Amino acid sequence: MLEIKNLSKSFGKQKVLDGLNLICKKHETTVIIGRSGEGKSVLLKHFIGLLRPDSGSVLVEGTDITKLHDKGLKKIRARFGYLFQDSALFDFFNVYENVSFPLREHTSLTEPQIREIVKTKLELVGLPNVENKKVHELSGGMRKRVGLARAIVLDPEIILYDEPTTGLDPVMTDAIGELIQKTQKELNITTILISHDISSTFKIADKIALLYEGKIILEGNKEEFTANTNPIVRQFLEGTCHGPMRMAL
Amino acid sequence: MKKTLLFPAYYLGTILPRLFHALGEVFIFIGDIIRYGIKPPFRFKLILEQMEFIGVNSLFIILLSGAFTGMVFVFQTGQAFFKFNAETITGSVVAIALGRELAPVLTALMITGRAGSAMAAQIGTMRVTQQIDALVALRVEPINYLVVPRVIASICMFPLMTGIFDMVGMLGGYFVGVGLLDINKGAFITNIEWYVRPDDIMSGLIKAFFFGFIASAICCYKGYFTTNGTRGVGLATTQAVVISFVSILISDYFLTVLLYNHA
Ligand SMILES: Nc1ncnc2c1ncn2[C@@H]1O[C@H](COP(=O)(O)OP(=O)(O)O)[C@@H](O)[C@H]1O
Ligand SMILES: [Mg+2]
Repeated sequence: MLEIKNLSKSFGKQKVLDGLNLICKKHETTVIIGRSGEGKSVLLKHFIGLLRPDSGSVLVEGTDITKLHDKGLKKIRARFGYLFQDSALFDFFNVYENVSFPLREHTSLTEPQIREIVKTKLELVGLPNVENKKVHELSGGMRKRVGLARAIVLDPEIILYDEPTTGLDPVMTDAIGELIQKTQKELNITTILISHDISSTFKIADKIALLYEGKIILEGNKEEFTANTNPIVRQFLEGTCHGPMRMAL
Repeated sequence: MKKTLLFPAYYLGTILPRLFHALGEVFIFIGDIIRYGIKPPFRFKLILEQMEFIGVNSLFIILLSGAFTGMVFVFQTGQAFFKFNAETITGSVVAIALGRELAPVLTALMITGRAGSAMAAQIGTMRVTQQIDALVALRVEPINYLVVPRVIASICMFPLMTGIFDMVGMLGGYFVGVGLLDINKGAFITNIEWYVRPDDIMSGLIKAFFFGFIASAICCYKGYFTTNGTRGVGLATTQAVVISFVSILISDYFLTVLLYNHA
């Protein structure tokens, strides 16, 4: 279980997270939604200590990772896979080198074994035979898939997805949504995902959390969200610019 | 009126703390380079790749600038020395000037302009596209993986390229002095043997070692702490080159004082 307690984070004078609380259960899919610029990526980075909070704690199975340093953090990070918002593939590597990179760094597998694992993972994300492609030759959707293959190549227990479908066409969005569900089921992992897309969120989420002005203002399942009458929640679900939610400019 | 009077105070109050803060960050960064440099994994493949990029790929511009520097220097000093019939010492004067100053400084400036700017741009791009975050998430130390190989390659290649600059500079100088200005061939060479000591060349190579460290550390630092997206990368690259150039010239003075004040 992952638990965030009273998390606050500012950049200079800008308060991004303001006493945020959130619980993500094991083997479930938690989807965090919110406007862009609201601090979703900042929140996700706290899960593996890429950012340190000003106050508050991040508990991974009871361990407060904000108290950890080099070695302890590495141990925790080994349990996570992270798909970054813009995939963050290494541009000096090709697809094969990207996906095999964690194996090379952290295992002593032989080259044929590595080749086999990379092939399996690329097939899992629906991208066979792209091993020799350069990163800049890939489309946005392919990049996300390669990023996912790299994130799961060491079989993590928890996967963090930062907007895996933003900027993709509707068909690709659905395909990635199904891929996330499939990965979740086949590897029996814990999924935490950031999304803008309400329809795919409702499809895959066990729990939805709405981030607004530095706090989670509503947590619950699909039914609880659709039944909620808070005007901010309604405005977000209906996707209209008319309502109490101020526009982030 | 009041504002102008208070200007020095304002200056000290805002600029100095920022300067000290930046200096502190640089020293922490240098500490990290050393800490992660002496700790495994040692990335020989990456070091070799960087050596190729910094050294081998700079060879042509070093050959070209070395030869022409030697040529123009002999041309200028040779003509001056002719006026009091001392033209035969031209070779030794040029050898000392090249070995002590021109080769290490010009080589450092050339390589920094070419490879240092690329270091800042590459690492800066990795920062703003989250590739550095990705390294951390994959439990690979970015300083160990990105910075240490570049610094090690630089402290090896700057002296090597300086040595090459020395040699082609002398060849170019010999060509102009003996071939063009008609200085006596034997005297030109004997004077070099007489007046130029191995120290004159060695001290230049020692300088190059430090220039390599300073320039690569600054360029990697600027790239590593890039902010504000792609615009930030351009800014970081420009600053990296300018600050490296100034640091090379300033440290050259202090290294010179340290290396020669006993001679
Ligand atoms: N490293 C940083 N330094 C300064 N400001 C940051 C940094 N990271 C994020 N921010 C700011 O925090 C806010 C939230 O950003 P982010 O988490 O990326 O939003 P989103 O919800 O779209 O993912 C933004 O205003 C952004 O400018
Ligand atoms: Mg984001």
